[in-house]
Amino acid sequence: MKNVNNLEEIRRIIGLHKKWDLIFMITGIIALMIAVLTFMALFAHMLIDGMPRLSWEFFTSFPSRRPESAGILSAWVGTTLVMLVTAVAAVPLGIGSGVYLEEYAPRNLLTEIIEINVTNLAGVPSIIYGLLALGLFVYQLGFGQSILAAGLALALLILPVVIVATREAIRSIPVSIREGAYALGATKWQTVSDHILPYSSAGIMTGIIIGLARAIGETAPIITIGALTFIAFLPPSPVKSEFPYVSFEWLTAPFTVMPIQMFNWVSRPEEAFQLNAAAAGLVLVVMTLAMNGLAIYLRYRMRKNIKW
Amino acid sequence: MQINSTRPIEAIQYKSEVTNLSFYYGGFNALKNINMVLHDKRITALIGPSGCGKSTFLRCFNRMHDLYPGNRYEGEIILHPDDVNILASNVDPIEVRMRISMVFQKPNPFPKSIYENVAYGLRVRGIKQRAILDEKVESALRNSALWDEVKDRLHDLAFNLSGGQQQRLCIARALATDPEILLFDEPTSALDPIATASIEELITDLKNKVTILIVTHNMQQAARVSDYTAYMYLGELIEFDVTDTIFIKPKNKQTEDYITGRFG
Repeated sequence: MKNVNNLEEIRRIIGLHKKWDLIFMITGIIALMIAVLTFMALFAHMLIDGMPRLSWEFFTSFPSRRPESAGILSAWVGTTLVMLVTAVAAVPLGIGSGVYLEEYAPRNLLTEIIEINVTNLAGVPSIIYGLLALGLFVYQLGFGQSILAAGLALALLILPVVIVATREAIRSIPVSIREGAYALGATKWQTVSDHILPYSSAGIMTGIIIGLARAIGETAPIITIGALTFIAFLPPSPVKSEFPYVSFEWLTAPFTVMPIQMFNWVSRPEEAFQLNAAAAGLVLVVMTLAMNGLAIYLRYRMRKNIKW
Repeated sequence: MQINSTRPIEAIQYKSEVTNLSFYYGGFNALKNINMVLHDKRITALIGPSGCGKSTFLRCFNRMHDLYPGNRYEGEIILHPDDVNILASNVDPIEVRMRISMVFQKPNPFPKSIYENVAYGLRVRGIKQRAILDEKVESALRNSALWDEVKDRLHDLAFNLSGGQQQRLCIARALATDPEILLFDEPTSALDPIATASIEELITDLKNKVTILIVTHNMQQAARVSDYTAYMYLGELIEFDVTDTIFIKPKNKQTEDYITGRFG
């Protein structure tokens, strides 16, 4: 039997155990590097290829048969409008569902089933949402292959993200604050509108932005719906010079979006189109990173004022 | 105040009467058949070891337990002068909370301005006129001895106040709506001795304005501030009497053991 009180022996055992710390640390760094370096390499490659193509004309030109005069005007306008529809649909639905589940829903089997479903919806492949939207929005409701149908499809896709973020933001508010409001005689709605929503707004905003950042790069559901791959005109303007000054015609217009424009260029044989695809990819990545950056900034800003 | 002729005269001085009160968290019987009174414009303290149900009892008075499912009351808490049983299922808990305010264990100001914190109870009641709000906020802050410290920065965030100031702000918030009973749930347990002394002084000053029920983990605090004391143990009310009697000549052996520090 070994003498565990022997100092030499104890040191040997500690040394042996510490070796595993070192082994794990090295494995961890390697694993991390594979992920980070791969992304860096991809980004650098895109930067080198795409950077020279980025110019004012690239943003203001329609796609063209001649790669050097082709641009992403219709793509970024399409993406912006689709994102607008997505946000307008997903934000109220997501926040409403989140608040209901967290504050109002009775604790019973039905609620639990709904909660599990909401969480699982986030894992449904995006093309399934595309098929759903094709059947429901495009054909059944007759929206056609339009900005409206695409925006709603993406809204469904990011709805679970917004709901989960809303619930988590609400749950981070301490019970004492909630009880403080109720103790003053506030109703449920007064507590929600005066306290719960304002104090969780940063978390909810973060969820919305992360959801939109996911939606902006989605290709599969948009292709399923039937976005055009080559489009040389813009949807009708939402602002009109004559009464009633706003128009919703653009909602039913055909469209394309950034990832589809990229997809289209990547599938061309000419080398010059590949460079266009890289440039569009660069714009898309910068848009996504900017949105994530905004989410981080918002979280930081609101946390500064609210400390539980 | 309307005097109910069938009631003995001394009953009028009770702000509230608790009869056969039992309380259940689901299947757990947390309060067992409690009978007690709250004397009008007096301070009543609840003492007892951790887990004896004093906070649970306090939170029956503003129906706080209604916020969570599976809780059940039995018995009555009658609120005078209108003799309403505030535990009755046809009495809206929100109405009860509008009449009976509460100050919590840890200061829990809202992440809003000092002014908005105090004004919130009034806003809940639909008061919008600036003049009324200003006046009520000022008098509540004066009554909680905070006015002089904050009058120049009413629109600062409440989180910028010290712990003791935050707790006085919470008292001001509870006072702004002129409650009939003010509940304190261990209001000084998170505070340093100096802040504790100022809160105790404040509670004593409030005695003539409002009926007070205070839960305290600290026997000396009960002795210092209260007029009546109730000793609770394992969900039962063991002894209830004038504070001096409880601390000098308790009738019950168990109370005496607790008071003299033999356990707890």
